[in-house]
Amino acid sequence: MDNTILKVKDLKVHFFTRHGVVKAVDGDSFDMRRGESLCLVGESGCGKTTVALSVLRLLDSPPGKIMGGEILYGGDDLLKCPDDRLRQIRGNKIAMIFQDPQSSLNPVFTVGDQIAEQLKLHLKLGHREAMEKSLRLMEQVGIPRAAERINDYPHQFSGGMRQRVMIAAALSCNPEILIADEPTTALDTTVKAQIMDIFRDLKREKNMSILFITHDMGTVAGFADRIVVMYGGRIVETGSALDIFDHPTHPYTRGLLNCLPSVSAIRDRLTPIPGAIPSLINPPKGCVFDPRCECRLPLCATVRPEEVVASGDHTVACHQCAPSVVGEGHKPS
Amino acid sequence: MDRKLVEVKGLKKYYPVTAGLLSRHIADVKAVDGVSFHIAEGETLGLVGESGCGKSTLGRTMLRLEEPTSGSICYRGEDITGWDRKELKALRKEMQMIFQDPQSSLDPRMTIGDSIGEALLVHGMKNERERLELVAQLLKQVGLEPEHADRYPHEFSGGQKQRIGIARALAVNPKLIVADEPVSALDVSVQAQILNLMMDLQHSLGLAFLFIAHDLAVIGHVSNRIAVMYLGQIVEMADKAELLCHPLHPYTEALLSAVPVPDPHLERKRIVLQGEVPSPLKPPPGCRFHTRCPRGSKGCSEAEPELAELKPGHFVACHEPG
Repeated sequence: MDNTILKVKDLKVHFFTRHGVVKAVDGDSFDMRRGESLCLVGESGCGKTTVALSVLRLLDSPPGKIMGGEILYGGDDLLKCPDDRLRQIRGNKIAMIFQDPQSSLNPVFTVGDQIAEQLKLHLKLGHREAMEKSLRLMEQVGIPRAAERINDYPHQFSGGMRQRVMIAAALSCNPEILIADEPTTALDTTVKAQIMDIFRDLKREKNMSILFITHDMGTVAGFADRIVVMYGGRIVETGSALDIFDHPTHPYTRGLLNCLPSVSAIRDRLTPIPGAIPSLINPPKGCVFDPRCECRLPLCATVRPEEVVASGDHTVACHQCAPSVVGEGHKPS
Repeated sequence: MDRKLVEVKGLKKYYPVTAGLLSRHIADVKAVDGVSFHIAEGETLGLVGESGCGKSTLGRTMLRLEEPTSGSICYRGEDITGWDRKELKALRKEMQMIFQDPQSSLDPRMTIGDSIGEALLVHGMKNERERLELVAQLLKQVGLEPEHADRYPHEFSGGQKQRIGIARALAVNPKLIVADEPVSALDVSVQAQILNLMMDLQHSLGLAFLFIAHDLAVIGHVSNRIAVMYLGQIVEMADKAELLCHPLHPYTEALLSAVPVPDPHLERKRIVLQGEVPSPLKPPPGCRFHTRCPRGSKGCSEAEPELAELKPGHFVACHEPG
């Protein structure tokens, strides 16, 4: 159990908007283990990015506010530790990569400067040393002719190359944890494959712990050790990649896997999940998935399901799986 | 089934690049560069390619929303390339378009009933009661309620807005719909609903689709035939099963191998292409793919390969296919 590197406990994040309070993250807990790739999956608005931003306290506040919970890293609770302590961790021990490399790079500084910035700040390197290290980082993430390009500006790079720059910057201080928020979503298929190779190498060669956030189950399948499935601000299922893909247990996870179109010779109807994602201003009282669920029970509308163990490491928040409802505790998929 | 509804031959669309005070013409962006294909009645031709390959421009040019630089477009055997506005107006009833972003393609200040009805009004349905009835019927057809006609776009979710976009395209009873990334802005659970709807409508109304998408899983699901585009040109086109099982062009092969498949057990040979798509402003000489091609030989950088029919119905533009 000492293997846990990051522990999120009962995290609650609300957004205070004109229309009401959005419960973006509503009491979520999960652990991240050293050296693993943990994928946080879910559709838009499910709270996965909010979880990631909360880890480094990067939420815009207002409107966002962390209402409760703990995020434990080393000996610190990242939600309560003083700002200067957090600054030592942010970018240094825990680094983050965002979806859109265009808007997360500063257009008026060269990419070399931007990678070197953290080296100067955290590792107290001098300018020349920092630039040399930046160059090595750029080579490491596969930017061709890095020596020529180190003084280029972000607009001179393509989308895939910008994302490589972001990864180089994130890796600069050799962080223990890398948080990647939809890093391949804005990229084309062939470029996406190149970037995923970098992440695989990082895990294999540096044993880096990666929290990978995405909505694409295909990308997850080829990369995740463990998977956390979120829906409507809540974690509905957690398990190893094989647990989730081979024995999806929560009706939402099953629905999500069933509705994916696939490259296949057959051309038939898909099995969609009926309805739409609920508004989190007035989320359903009991289980958030209840209005769209095809195997709902009477109590689902009123009682929020607790997380129960389906098998070993595999937990599910669904009344169908609670021992009091079904004897075997594992709904066949 | 195999009657050609629309046929495009040698279609080119260049955008001029100008510079200086006198707008000197210095170069062309060759967005679509010599593309030929046809779509049969009631079939779905899937057009797949990475961003900037010209797939949207091709769709828009085929509908004459953009003026082609050269080439011809035939609709039911008639050459529509030179048609003027008046003639085109009648054609618009036959060919419609569904856009990627349902949010920005609906007027936020019009009720959706008005948005859908506008197409009917433009095409001569003056009687308001008839129009309202038809709008109600269209809404039902796409899985919404007739009462929704009085609401505004912001009251709908993304998936519902895309249904409205589809209802509006269907209003004039078209035969051909160009669907430009119709599901890429949607979440997967909703995406499946829209794909099903489009396939059901195709079945009941006999629609033909040009279905444009970058996601090979979506294209691989909905299409009868698939055309793969790279830098303004079609590099391979075949029946879906043929293309997926026996791809002959190295780009198609790489694209297929790069599609993430939701199955953690799958071990497969992945071809990771080097580099990125070159700029259409200065496409590489010879075969446009030779800079990234794992197969390429010397000749590829010199001669441009023709799109040739290597097997019945299977077209490939490659010097070393297979």
